Order: sequence, then C-alpha cells, then structure tokens
Amino acid sequence: MNQLLNLYWTFLKIGCVTFGGGYAMLPILERELVTKRQWTTMDDLRDYFSIGQCTPGIIALNVSTFIGQKRHGVPGAIAATTGFLTGPIIIILLIAAFLKNFAELEIIQHAFAGIRVCVCVLIVQAVLRLWKKSVIDPFTLALYLIVFALNAFSGILPFKIPAAILVICAGIAGILVSQIRNRKTASSGKGGGA
Amino acid sequence: MVLPRLMYEFAKTGLFSVGGGLATLPFLYEMSDATGWFTHADIADMIAISESTPGAIGINMSTYAGFTTAGVPGGILASLALAFPSVVIILIIAKFLEKYRNNKLVDGAFYGLRAASIAMISAAGLNVAKVALLHLGAYQLTGNIMDLLNLKAIILAVLIFIGQRKLKWSPVLFIALSAVVGILLKF
Repeated sequence: MNQLLNLYWTFLKIGCVTFGGGYAMLPILERELVTKRQWTTMDDLRDYFSIGQCTPGIIALNVSTFIGQKRHGVPGAIAATTGFLTGPIIIILLIAAFLKNFAELEIIQHAFAGIRVCVCVLIVQAVLRLWKKSVIDPFTLALYLIVFALNAFSGILPFKIPAAILVICAGIAGILVSQIRNRKTASSGKGGGA
Repeated sequence: MVLPRLMYEFAKTGLFSVGGGLATLPFLYEMSDATGWFTHADIADMIAISESTPGAIGINMSTYAGFTTAGVPGGILASLALAFPSVVIILIIAKFLEKYRNNKLVDGAFYGLRAASIAMISAAGLNVAKVALLHLGAYQLTGNIMDLLNLKAIILAVLIFIGQRKLKWSPVLFIALSAVVGILLKF
C-alpha cells in the first residue's frame, strides 16, 4: 500500500509540472525516476516515449502507466496514472469554477512566456542526451532527418502525415534494415568459415 | 443521465486520438457540435489555458466539459474516462514487451522507433522555440532581423542551459525561476 501511495504521490508531483506537451517531462522524469529513485533506466524511458507516440492517449500519461505497471503491475499503473491526472484536474476545476479568463491575465502570460523558454531548453537537453544512443549509424541518421523534416515543416507541406503513421513506418523500416543486416552478417560469417 | 454519456464520449476521444494533446482537437470539435456541452470558443480558450497549465488539452477539456455539465464529479469522471482506453492499451503492450523484450523483431522495431521518436521530440522543441525565442509577428511587420530575435528570452535560454550543465538543480526549480523571471522582466 505504501509503495502504491509513493507511486501516486511521485506522479502527482510530476503531473503538476509537465508543461509543454509531455516532451519537457523527459528531464523531469529522468531526475525523479532514474537518478533519484532508480525505478527505471533512461533507455526504458526513451522506449516508453517511442511507444507512447504511436498509441492512443497523451504521451505523458502513457509513460506514467508504463512505469506504474513496471513497478507494481495493474494497481501500480492505476496509481501512477491517477496520480499524474490529479494535478491537472484540480487546476482546471479551479479555473472553470473561479477564473474563466485565467489565460488572459497579464501576470500569467508573462510567467508562461518565461516557462516556455525553460521548456525549450529542457527539450534541447533531452534531445542531446538521447541523440548518442538513438542516432548511431547512417540509417538512423537518415530516418531522423526525414521524420524531423516531415514534422518541423508540416506547415508548408501540401499534405500532413499523422505522427502515428510516421512512427509505425519507422518501426517497420527498423525491422527490415536490421533483418537484412542480420542475414548479411550471417551469410558472410558462413562464407568466412567455409 | 449525463454522466454515462460524458464518460462514453470522452472514452471514445481517448481511444482514437493518437499522438498526444492536439490530436484530440478534431474529436472535441465534433463533440461540441453533437452535444453542445461546450462551444468552439470554449475550445479555443482551453487551448490557451492548456498552454499555461501543466495538463494536456484532452484532459483539460474533459475536466472542463465534465464540470460545466455535471459539477465536480463530472469533471473527475470525464477525465478518468478519457485516460481509461490508453491505460488498458499500455497495460497490454507492457505485458507483451516483458515477454518479447529480447525478440529480434521487437529489437529491430525499436532501432527505427528510437530515431523517429527523437526526431519528433526535436521538432516539438523547434515549435516551442519558435514561440518562446522569436517574435515572428513583429518580424513580419517590419522585416528587420533584429525584431525577429527575442533577446531577453534568448539570454534566459542560454543562462538556463549553462545553469543546467553546471548546477545539479531539479528541472522543476528552473521552471519556477523562469516563471519569476518572466513576470519580473515582463516577457
């Protein structure tokens, strides 16, 4: 029970500071879950983000479910996910009840202009840290550049490819390339032995 | 009878919106037309609120719509309903992953997925940077390159970047400090 409460409380805290659509959460998760608590590894976190991008629902929420499940099965997943939801629900209930013009308040706008700067640095640092382990050869570099271009310039492209489709295609490409490579090394290994 | 309908509508949105917060938008517009629980203007307001609160737009809209139609229980239940489908799906995938972690095909898929995932994170960063570090509006008016750069914000970004490397502070602390700097220097 204590461990479930601990999960709930940890994700409640994380849920209260997740600005900028989940991606900025990565450095916070790394600090809270990898460095401080050793609940998971950076490699696993990165894979959860990859999966979260091609499954329904909010990425940050999917990552919470994954880590909760890993720690404590289904009850853990529920504790982490509801913990993550608690902060945003309370904040919106307060805004809906008392502060309908919240987003127009000048002080809020200034505060969030500042926070956005920080979120952008946090994302850059997450990218720098993951880059070395994810972009490891010409194939992954090409894949990175293609997916980045399609996403970053989606505004000026005549068509828009949904993120989920991009992610699924990347997964299939990864399977194909690694299979072909395996077969090559297997056959060259045989050739060398003969 | 509004509670079951609320939960059904938001569970449906949670099930079909793949790829994060903004993917829920088309479903929210549809729901607005079909139910009248909130207006299109409410959705626009909620986008602004979601940009300035920690929650994702989908969760925020479900809380808001639930609250306005059925009070606090409505707000809570609608949000839980939105989260429910993705929790079930992730639980299934997590079980599958545990079993096939060392499978060659799964390994190959992740080899491609990781590169795509980090490319998407980079693109998201670029989008935030466009809003946070540049004055696109001012630049379009004057065409002067100096108007394009939001110097205050760029200096803050460099300071945070160096600070994060040198100091072992929590990212949360940097977020709080940036909010204070934003208010004091009128970003």
